Amino acid sequence: MSKQFLIQARNLHRHYDTYHAVNAVNIQLKQGEVLGLLGPNGAGKSTTMNMLTGNLAPGSGEILINHIDLLDNPKRAKEQLGYLPEQPPVYKDMTVTEYLRYCAILRHIPKKDLTKSIDRALQRCSLTEVRKRLIGNLSKGFQQRVGIAQAIIHNPLVVILDEPTVGLDPVQIQEIRHLIRELGDEHSVILSTHILPEVQAVCDRVQIINKGQTVYENTLDQISHSISHMNYEIGFTHPIDTALLNALDIIKNMSELSNNRYQLEIAGDQHSVSEIAAFALQNQWQLIEITPKKVSLESIFLDLVHVKENAA
Amino acid sequence: MSSLFTVATTEFKRMFFSPLAWSILAILQFVLALMFLVLVQDFITLIQPQTAGIENPPGVTDTIVSALFLWAGIIMLAVMPILTMRSIAEERSNGTFSLLRSAPISMTEIVLGKFFGLMMFVFIMIGLVSLMPLSLSLGTSLDWGKFLAAILGLSLLLASFAAAGIFISSLTNQPIIAAISSFGLLLVLVVLYISGKSETTGSELFVYLSHFGHFLPFLEGIFQSGDLAYYLLFICGFLILTIRKLDNERL
Repeated sequence: MSKQFLIQARNLHRHYDTYHAVNAVNIQLKQGEVLGLLGPNGAGKSTTMNMLTGNLAPGSGEILINHIDLLDNPKRAKEQLGYLPEQPPVYKDMTVTEYLRYCAILRHIPKKDLTKSIDRALQRCSLTEVRKRLIGNLSKGFQQRVGIAQAIIHNPLVVILDEPTVGLDPVQIQEIRHLIRELGDEHSVILSTHILPEVQAVCDRVQIINKGQTVYENTLDQISHSISHMNYEIGFTHPIDTALLNALDIIKNMSELSNNRYQLEIAGDQHSVSEIAAFALQNQWQLIEITPKKVSLESIFLDLVHVKENAA
Repeated sequence: MSSLFTVATTEFKRMFFSPLAWSILAILQFVLALMFLVLVQDFITLIQPQTAGIENPPGVTDTIVSALFLWAGIIMLAVMPILTMRSIAEERSNGTFSLLRSAPISMTEIVLGKFFGLMMFVFIMIGLVSLMPLSLSLGTSLDWGKFLAAILGLSLLLASFAAAGIFISSLTNQPIIAAISSFGLLLVLVVLYISGKSETTGSELFVYLSHFGHFLPFLEGIFQSGDLAYYLLFICGFLILTIRKLDNERL
């Protein structure tokens, strides 16, 4: 292995009775990488994460965490991991500091470093102000952050977060995303979600899982490069002669939406957009909007997931 | 080892973070104190005058300590399931169990930690109950051997309750079901004793199987290694079953 792989999971399988929840999934995670696990509900994301963190044993397959086999040597492998399950594993009758102290001791942090680690985790998750309050009295967003603090308190090499932004308000979501991005600088992060913009905001690489199988895997850089044409929504005050517009070579596809608005698929680069604007001006169409549509991940996701469903 | 200790102390402390442990201790102490009062009253007004002429009459330790400890055991039959339902079933339903499972700590350490955490509570409870007969030593002399045997017997009995309760707790993720089933299991063992002692259906085997059957000799001050072995086997058996159950759950 040339570059340091912190997680190597090969050929993971997991059955629940006859239901094949995870089917031959491979996961590799490099140092300093944020991997987004994406998939519809019930795709097997949580099961995969439970296997990676030792909560579930895989039916077959192999999991190496920093080159330590999770099945042969669970204690040492788990020391390298921080995990936030879907439901934050917090004791509601403890204060934030008490809880984090307990987690820190469970993670074998030496006594002399306890206060330092707790303070660092509190500060990174902006929990310092509420550190003396009972977790049960905190809002869902704060409880979620306590869950994240618990996952990073021992400064693990790999942080695994299962739907970390569920149930948070938009400001909190922004903060958590920012935190995940920060974590990605030092730690490697695996993040599961079904919120597409989240992946675009924080991940380096994305792996889409559907019905227990990996159906797509790519880096976000490559996704944005691989797109040769762009989608735009264009709107006018009055109806226009669509045939005229359609005749332009740069327009590869065009469909009508309501209220004199059209969906255009444009070939070429940004320059083509100004060409269209100029063309509209020339014909004295009263152009009121041109909105770029982010294609990329959403269309990839919908294509993969829906095509599969229709076929099935 | 240190993780085991951490789990045990946290388990113990967490009981006192909520009003649960405080209210259980208070109510137990109140009920048993009333009991104690009745027993002392009976001893002074009834038993002492009646046995005045007999050679080697039953003393305070026989009449008061063993009755009090028997009652403590009976009440804990209902209380222990409430404590053990928290240990695994409630952690599962709150989603906190995965914290322990993804921590670098073995299932054995988790289960033993939970058990010893409960035992710390049990010792506090026994300590508080023992204070009452101990106060008698101000005015009369106690039979220390019998008293200590009763304490040991009650500790073993409650440890066996705890082990069985933790096992039932590991079978379900609904605390209430865990509590009711543990209570049922403990009660069945008592019924075994009662039916074993009954004149029509009497059976040595039933008495032998019941945990109460091995508790009563301790109250009479009889320490038999067979009784001790019964409790140790009972406790280890249920704890090992719990560990196996939780380990298998990952598969």
